[in-house]
Amino acid sequence: MKEVATNYVPQNWYLLLSTFLFCVGIMGVLFRRNAIIIMMCIELMLNSVNLLLVAFSAYSGNSDGQVFVFFIMVVAAAEVAVGLALLVSIYRNVASTDINVLNKLKW
Amino acid sequence: MNTLIYTSILGLLCMVVEIFDFRKILVPMIILGLATIFYINIEDWNHVQFFYNNMLRADNYSVAFSGLAIVISAFVFVLSSDFYKDDSKHISDYLAILVFVLCGALIMFSFWNMAMLFLGIEILSISLYIMAGSKRFDVRSNEAGFKYFLMGSFASGFLLFGIALIYGATRSFHLANIAAYVAAGNISPIFYVGMTMMLVAMLFKVAAVPFHFWSPDVYEGAPALVTTLMSTLVKIAAFGAFYRLFYVCFLDTLGSINLILAIVTAATIILGNLTALSQINFKRLLAYSGISHAGYLLLALISMKGGTANAIFYYSSGYAIATIGAFAVAILVFKAMKNENIDAFNGLGKKNPLLAAALTMSMLSLAGIPPFAGFLGKYYIFSEAIKNGQIALTFIAVLNSIIGVYYYFKVILAMYTKPADETEVSGNVSYYVIISVCLLLSVLLGIFPGVLMHLF
Repeated sequence: MKEVATNYVPQNWYLLLSTFLFCVGIMGVLFRRNAIIIMMCIELMLNSVNLLLVAFSAYSGNSDGQVFVFFIMVVAAAEVAVGLALLVSIYRNVASTDINVLNKLKW
Repeated sequence: MNTLIYTSILGLLCMVVEIFDFRKILVPMIILGLATIFYINIEDWNHVQFFYNNMLRADNYSVAFSGLAIVISAFVFVLSSDFYKDDSKHISDYLAILVFVLCGALIMFSFWNMAMLFLGIEILSISLYIMAGSKRFDVRSNEAGFKYFLMGSFASGFLLFGIALIYGATRSFHLANIAAYVAAGNISPIFYVGMTMMLVAMLFKVAAVPFHFWSPDVYEGAPALVTTLMSTLVKIAAFGAFYRLFYVCFLDTLGSINLILAIVTAATIILGNLTALSQINFKRLLAYSGISHAGYLLLALISMKGGTANAIFYYSSGYAIATIGAFAVAILVFKAMKNENIDAFNGLGKKNPLLAAALTMSMLSLAGIPPFAGFLGKYYIFSEAIKNGQIALTFIAVLNSIIGVYYYFKVILAMYTKPADETEVSGNVSYYVIISVCLLLSVLLGIFPGVLMHLF
């Protein structure tokens, strides 16, 4: 398995791909206005980290990184559960998932 | 790491209590449990122990900070019985989640593996996302919870990417292995990028200046008791983890980010203090004051020498005690006046001289006026900074702590010089107990700093 990976795809390509995905996630969080899409972009950020960890782990033959991925998956699931619950309670109060309605608190 | 296990069990017990309907004895049970856990925690003093395959390490640093965290949350739990009086149906859920916040903080003080750092931060943050949004029918609370959720998980993304890059460079999540990698020299550029991303994430968590925008909004929207916990326990937990991470792992590479840290520190101190000047909401005022205090703590952190941990511990104890004292008074005033602005405090000096005096002393301690703990904390941090050659930063910090006196006095002046209305402000005995204990501790720490000054 390890040999196949090292023969065809250099490790840096994984690094570039996950950095690209991470940046897409950041851009989404910063520029999209719909709360659900923002949460999807946060998931994208976390999953790009998963990809990176698995790649590093496979290339170095050290399994710690793959175990860490499970931690991230579990925590991400818990985080999304809480986030969606908060979003539902916002939706009940203001009937919108646009984050521009969240403007009661400033300065 | 029995402390952690017992705290988790206590949290689970809180949820079980609901089934048997023992809600009346819930708060005394938690206080008793925390007292036991505090004792168990102190038992580990002077024994360096590793737990769970070296995932956690209990040393004097983690024991001292865990003790502080347990005391702070015990204070908050004493206040909670009255705060959640009208919502007693859900009190066991709220308190269970608050106990889990403490669990997260305990992990953040004793982690010895990046996985534990991540889990600690997430356990603490996810519990707080729920608590910040826990007033379900209040749009402001919803907004606070959701903003905190978005900012917090965004920062976690950075933290994880940093951890992954450091893993790529060092092939390990262990703090000891990473420290050995750094000590061996020959550091890959990936490592520096990872370190900077972790720095960004930690600065997010402590609400340092370019990443502070969430904190005033969240503090204002969250229920006052949760704000109390956020401005004390959570800030201290973030600093505890920050210092442990950078002191153990990145000490030799700090030179490369020293300039960034210095700029962030100066900006945090200046912006925190200047923005606080124009605030009219009391929670928001304390949020900006918390940002400026984070700046002073960063000033201690930036030099990373042996005495720094002591200065950080002493300063955060003083800050936490004064802040809890201030919030205990503020919760009563908010409840009576139905208003969270500074003008809610108008004439408190005539209406309830005791509470007014207590708030005055807390404010003086936060402003750093002797004989309170806040003064000596600032003094230690500034003297550590000067010893380590941070003259310019110390100058900025001293100048700004003088500016800080102005906005703390705004509250004191409102209490004593503005006319009072008829609304009566009083509370049950638990508030007075907490307020007097906080004041006593604040004065005692100010007079006998040696107790906490030479722990490490």
